[in-house]
Amino acid sequence: MAKSKSAYSVSTKKEKSDTHIFVLWVANEAGVLARVVGLFSGRGYNIESLAVAEIDAKKNISRITIVTTGTPQVIEQIKLQLRKLVPVHKVANFKREDKQVIFKEMALLKIVGAKSKIDKCLKACKNYNPVIIDKTKKSVVLQITALRREIDKMNSKLKPLGLISTSRTGAIAMTRGAEVFN
Amino acid sequence: MSKLYSGAEIVFKCLEDQDVEFIFGYPGGAVLPIYDELKNHPSIKHILVRHEQGAGHAAEGYARSSGKPGVVLVTSGPGATNVVTALTDAYMDSVPLVCISGQVPTHLIGTDAFQECDTTGITRPCTKHNWLVKDIKDLPKILHEAFHVATTGRPGPVLIDIPKDIQFAKTNYSKPKIEKKLNGKSHNKFSQTDIEKFIDLILKAKKPVIYSGGGVINSGPKASEALREFARLTGFPITSTLQGLGAFPGDDDQFLGMLGMHGTYEANNAMHDCDLLINIGARFDDRITGKIDEFSPYSKKVHIDIDPSSINKIIKVDLAIVGDVNNVIQASIKAINKRDKNLKNSNKEKISKWWQQIQKWREKNSLGFVNSNETIKPQHAVQRLYELTKNQDTFITTEVGQHQMWAAQHYKFDKPNRWMTSGGLGTMGYGLPAAVGVQIAHPDKLVIDIAGEASVLMTMQEMSTAVQYNLPIKIFILNNQYMGMVRQWQELLHEKNYSESYSEALPDFKKMAEAYGCKGIRVSDHGELDTKIQEMIDHKGPVIFDCHVDPGENCFPMIPSGKPHNQMILGPNDQEENKITGKGKSLV
Repeated sequence: MAKSKSAYSVSTKKEKSDTHIFVLWVANEAGVLARVVGLFSGRGYNIESLAVAEIDAKKNISRITIVTTGTPQVIEQIKLQLRKLVPVHKVANFKREDKQVIFKEMALLKIVGAKSKIDKCLKACKNYNPVIIDKTKKSVVLQITALRREIDKMNSKLKPLGLISTSRTGAIAMTRGAEVFN
Repeated sequence: MSKLYSGAEIVFKCLEDQDVEFIFGYPGGAVLPIYDELKNHPSIKHILVRHEQGAGHAAEGYARSSGKPGVVLVTSGPGATNVVTALTDAYMDSVPLVCISGQVPTHLIGTDAFQECDTTGITRPCTKHNWLVKDIKDLPKILHEAFHVATTGRPGPVLIDIPKDIQFAKTNYSKPKIEKKLNGKSHNKFSQTDIEKFIDLILKAKKPVIYSGGGVINSGPKASEALREFARLTGFPITSTLQGLGAFPGDDDQFLGMLGMHGTYEANNAMHDCDLLINIGARFDDRITGKIDEFSPYSKKVHIDIDPSSINKIIKVDLAIVGDVNNVIQASIKAINKRDKNLKNSNKEKISKWWQQIQKWREKNSLGFVNSNETIKPQHAVQRLYELTKNQDTFITTEVGQHQMWAAQHYKFDKPNRWMTSGGLGTMGYGLPAAVGVQIAHPDKLVIDIAGEASVLMTMQEMSTAVQYNLPIKIFILNNQYMGMVRQWQELLHEKNYSESYSEALPDFKKMAEAYGCKGIRVSDHGELDTKIQEMIDHKGPVIFDCHVDPGENCFPMIPSGKPHNQMILGPNDQEENKITGKGKSLV
């Protein structure tokens, strides 16, 4: 679009963006995920990955983990906006580089091919806690848990070896040590 | 065993327990059980509007002028979608609304039933929270929680969607206890250290300015009193946002007028040059800040706001105090008195140079305009309206556009809750229904909607409501036959290409008034203006006042596209001066 004279506000230069992981404790009720996700899309924040499940049936609490990128100002806004949502009990956020926090993703990989290729695959995955969940003469379904970029790497590495289908979760996070986040 | 009540009865029991006196609504299939129950509750009066958007704006006008939440009742489908504009408007301007919408019976939800829509889905981004009641047992708790959410913290609209079968279903009713702690969402826990830091900044400042906003109004009349005391104590100049007008007396010498895009020269220059900026209950809206990079570049900034997400959203501040405006100012006044009893005098001297500078800016008389003896200048019309109504407690609403800015510039408010305008969303058609709501809340007061002829046509049907309830609202139309603000931008910024901004075939507003069964007055002669305004004021019923004004008039001063506060376009007087000096310069 041509630069209009009537553009009242001109966007200014951007700060550096960081990747952050948000962990939310929310009431497990209808529409709560839509509220959280709608906040992101409505305000123009992006979601790289999302993981959500109930963690306490008695207290009716679900835990949502969202990976997002943004400038420090945007990350702060996301946190404060999330805290305003009525069914959101608690919000924590961590930088992806934070050594005190464990991040994990899980992937299911279906590999079809000769035994030699499947063995190669298993070997390639050995650092990522591979578990064979299903096995036939010419196929295997493999479960691995690793970081996002590691799964990305495996994904491309195993393609020539017979990887035909990948299914993966969003990241989940937990702090190291005895403390829990408050 | 206690008595069982139907969902419809519970709705009214909750409204009674919340001391609701008025609901603004429009019936329809999915809310009929609630309407059926209305007759059994004489303490609650229903105001029948002509369009659900009107119900929403009327409830906003009611809420903003009374400080109590406005209650709206609409049916499913189109009833709910029609109220969306008003909900969004209330969300943007932090107005507490409780909207109850009917929904198709639970077993029909999701089947594309007649008049079904995903009401909670549609209204999720324009409410603080909303609920779809799927179990009658949840209804009492949800209704009370809804009032709590709407009125606490930063106020805003909420919606409760009640399927028709739930309105018939029965359950027990007990007054739910008011939950004090709502997920830690109440924010009024500022520390004394913050207040002390604030006082430090106040004591150091040589060029301070207070910039107050709608948060002061929302914090209640006590907050306005506190603000006045705070301003007197410090002697600091004070400016206000559009929504904050009335918190500080508009005719006071310490008041610099409104700031921002159409704010005064002195207010905007003070914002630009100050060394301490005290934001009290405002949110650094883009119409206020202009170009962010050059916004108040030399100042320490303090931000007092009840909404933590307002802090550092647009402008990074040096000191943030999250809390209710009234409490924060009261605490600050106490702390000042403790620290420096003599501040009032010592400060006067310290900031006297600053005041001299402000006085110089004031001499520009940036709200000036070239008056005429023939045509009625719109600014003149607002000034005359002010002069003729200032001796009584007058409530003003507006639509959106040039007339709104002229009203903000030339009508001086000296009390809070007297000024109702759509700022955040900028909703044309807001003012007339809002005036209906204001008049409901204040039946004996003078209520005037300063309107434009284009805006007022958007919700004109509510005149019928005004006539039905004999609400003597005055619709003061500054008729220039253009969508004035659009025309102004086209003139200044789009090479005078007046694309679609002229309204052909406008109705005869006087006849229209008569058709609605109220009084119509037309004036186009400069000399007749005062007597006609007086005639409008003296008339006991609703009036549509069609004031034909100069169609070419622009609203100045104005901060043009992407410019900072100190680069304003001033009015025609000043422009001519500039031209001459320009020529003069080239001669030298």
